[in-house]
Amino acid sequence: MEIIMIVLAGILFGFAVYNILQKRLLRIVIGTALLSHAAHLFILTMGKLKRGAAPVLREGAENYSDPLPQALILTSIVISFGVTSLLLVLAYRAVKTNGTDNMEELRGNNHD
Amino acid sequence: MIFAILMPFIIAMCIPFIARFKSKIHTGYAVFATALSIFIYFLTLLVSGETDIFYHYSWIPSLGLDLTFYTDGLALFFALLISGIGALVAFYSVHYLSKNERLGHFYVYLLLFMGAMLGIVTSDNIYALYSFWELTSVSSFLLISFWFTKKASTDGALKSLLITVLGGFSLLGALVLLQIVTGSTSIRTILSEGSLILSSDWFPLIIVLLLLAACTKSAQFPFHIWLPDAMEAPTPVSAYLHSATMVKAGLFLLLRFTPVFRESESFFIAVSVIGLLTLFWGSYMAVRQTDLKGILAYSTISQLGMIMSMIGYGTEAALFAAMFHILNHATFKGSLFMAVGIIDHETGTRNIRKLGGLWKLMPVTGIISVLASFSMAGVPLPILNGFLSKEEFFTSSWELAHTRTFSTGFADVLMHVVPYAAVAGSIFTFVYSMYFFFGTFTGKRDKDIAEKAHDPNFGMLISPILLVCGVVIISIFPNWFSHHLLHPAANAVYGEALKEHHIHFWHGFTPALVMSLIVVILGTAFYLTRKYWAGLYQVLPGKLSGNAVYRALLTVSEKQTKTVNDRLVNGSLRQYNMVIISVISVVTLAILFGTNAFDLTNIDVSPVTLPGSLPELAVALIMITAAIGTTVSEKKLTAIIILGVVGYGLSILFVLFRAPDLALTQLSIETITVVLFLLCFRHLPEMERDIKEKLSKKVTNIIIAAVCGLMMTLVGLAAYSQRLFPSISDYFVKYSYKLGGGDNIVNVILVDFRGLDTLFEITVLAIAALGIYSLIKLRHKGEDR
Repeated sequence: MEIIMIVLAGILFGFAVYNILQKRLLRIVIGTALLSHAAHLFILTMGKLKRGAAPVLREGAENYSDPLPQALILTSIVISFGVTSLLLVLAYRAVKTNGTDNMEELRGNNHD
Repeated sequence: MIFAILMPFIIAMCIPFIARFKSKIHTGYAVFATALSIFIYFLTLLVSGETDIFYHYSWIPSLGLDLTFYTDGLALFFALLISGIGALVAFYSVHYLSKNERLGHFYVYLLLFMGAMLGIVTSDNIYALYSFWELTSVSSFLLISFWFTKKASTDGALKSLLITVLGGFSLLGALVLLQIVTGSTSIRTILSEGSLILSSDWFPLIIVLLLLAACTKSAQFPFHIWLPDAMEAPTPVSAYLHSATMVKAGLFLLLRFTPVFRESESFFIAVSVIGLLTLFWGSYMAVRQTDLKGILAYSTISQLGMIMSMIGYGTEAALFAAMFHILNHATFKGSLFMAVGIIDHETGTRNIRKLGGLWKLMPVTGIISVLASFSMAGVPLPILNGFLSKEEFFTSSWELAHTRTFSTGFADVLMHVVPYAAVAGSIFTFVYSMYFFFGTFTGKRDKDIAEKAHDPNFGMLISPILLVCGVVIISIFPNWFSHHLLHPAANAVYGEALKEHHIHFWHGFTPALVMSLIVVILGTAFYLTRKYWAGLYQVLPGKLSGNAVYRALLTVSEKQTKTVNDRLVNGSLRQYNMVIISVISVVTLAILFGTNAFDLTNIDVSPVTLPGSLPELAVALIMITAAIGTTVSEKKLTAIIILGVVGYGLSILFVLFRAPDLALTQLSIETITVVLFLLCFRHLPEMERDIKEKLSKKVTNIIIAAVCGLMMTLVGLAAYSQRLFPSISDYFVKYSYKLGGGDNIVNVILVDFRGLDTLFEITVLAIAALGIYSLIKLRHKGEDR
């Protein structure tokens, strides 16, 4: 199961990167969002999957799934939410100010 | 001790506040007081005879990084020089710089320099030494470019910085090698491991790097070219940094390591040859200058070369003479610089062709100059210390052949050539000294200058007068200085106690006296006939010039940098990402395969069973389809919704993999994100009129994406298959209730074990929120809501 999930994370990474390399701002934002999904899945898989109960202490349970990656991912989800929304609003702002969302047109020139 | 060395830095921090009152009191007085108190402190150390006072502070002991200061004779000698001349220069600058200048800046730089210089001479840790060394380069740069509106100033500053930092870099290399060889970062330990260094394979490289550092700092041929340009600095700076102290840091470095190197033949050859060559070239070029400060700059180069050659000799007499001459040079050259500053201040020019006949107009300055320049020339008078140390120089050159024996033929020949080279170099020293004095103070007087030139107010004269008094006092009581100051220093340099050394004005009809007389007679002849041989400069240096090399290097490197920079930094986000991602991918893949990081034989995976694993597989399939969808969808609405599918799919996976907290968070965050996307979506242009990409670009994108995906998959496999360290998760499971008082382990980790992380996470979120708010509210001028 872990190998399948690692491969799935790898595929998600690939598509995320493909999106990031596009010209459209919206695609780039989507790419970063996809990238964080891939990373979360990746981290979770590193802690081994399906090895016991959910990490909430209770009588009778002997094994719990690894709580540490989960804690890290929880932090990361919130942070990547902040990043994605900031990027999104930045894109919105850039489009409003410059009238385009094509990154090639937003390059500026050497003397700026 | 520590306070004396840190005091300049501490006062420097207060200078901006003191400078506010500069209309009432000149900021320079504060610096004067600082330097004077440091001088007195070191003087008490000298008088009490207490050397080897340590201050030790351990910073990173495992890396050998600590702050250790100690004073031996050599450190004390230099510390006295630095603080003593520093005090005089500060006092002089009070009258030299008007209150309209940026005094705050000036004195902060000056104090930084003073502190750094004290740090160099008293540091025991080699890396502390290196840091202080670089700090002197930086403060010198800032001081040379003090009048930064003049192009010559900034150019000169840049040149000095580039050359001295090159030396600093090689110093770092030499010090690292010394640490590798001896295993210690303490100078005292390194010095005690002399034989280890001399026999090591690194020895030649250490010598080369160390010499490069010393020669760039002390303006030795062919790196001397920065010093004349550094004369654009205000004159107090030239007197302080570029004649009395900073340029002697290179000498100090060699002196510090002399106990190890003095026996080495390659050290003798390299240092003596460089020194004598610089002695000759500097004095030869000095005669050609028309700017008074230019003459003094080349003269400094030449004098430094002379001291350098004595360090190279490595004999008792030579090292003692080197210390003596460092002291004397500081006195006469410092006063000459101050005299030039006065002349510049009063007449408005430093051009020796315009000047002349100032003797009657400025008698006090004239007396200062005559004593100092005649001392520099080595005129045999009993009141000139320069003569005494020059005699010592000749004696040690002459006796070299009798005191040392060398195995290689070249060193043996060199040893016999040295006395002649010493005389040849000194002849021009005599010539430029005469040229400096007589050209300025005798001869025809310019009318404009005659009207305004007169001796300055007494305050400006005090410092040079004191220095010239030093010239006279040292020459009258040389043995007092020898006993208290020079001997302890020379002992430290030699590495063992020297014989008691007496300096006499008259010691019979010795070879040294003959050499002096030859210099005086030939020097006078050359001076009087200089019109006839001035054509020599057309041949040598002619078109040969270190400056041309420097300029060519600078132009080429600027052009190349611009080409590379324009290609790399071209404003295309896609290209930046491409470079970053492909470099990471390729390097990681190379390392993975290079180290054979996979161990798939006994990999521990949870089994995939049918139909038990069907939900996971189905979700995975949906997510892959959705991920493909984000890249091909042409409508932005579709793309956003499909992105949502990936997110929700992930939260279902979280549920299946028993991570309830994650699933909940992911679900709610995903919902908010989609809402946010939809809010912005109205304003973003439609994607269907997507800009047509070239096929080749598309293929490149696909390749990079595929390689990156592959790389992450392999990293995952490698990381999963090999566990190098035991997991720390068990700790959290075990202590979650006991220490955190909670059943939900993930929650306890977040709010308790790693509570600070969560606090910062919230901070990040708050900052993002502020950013979003201001981006939405941001209005340019004239833009409506």
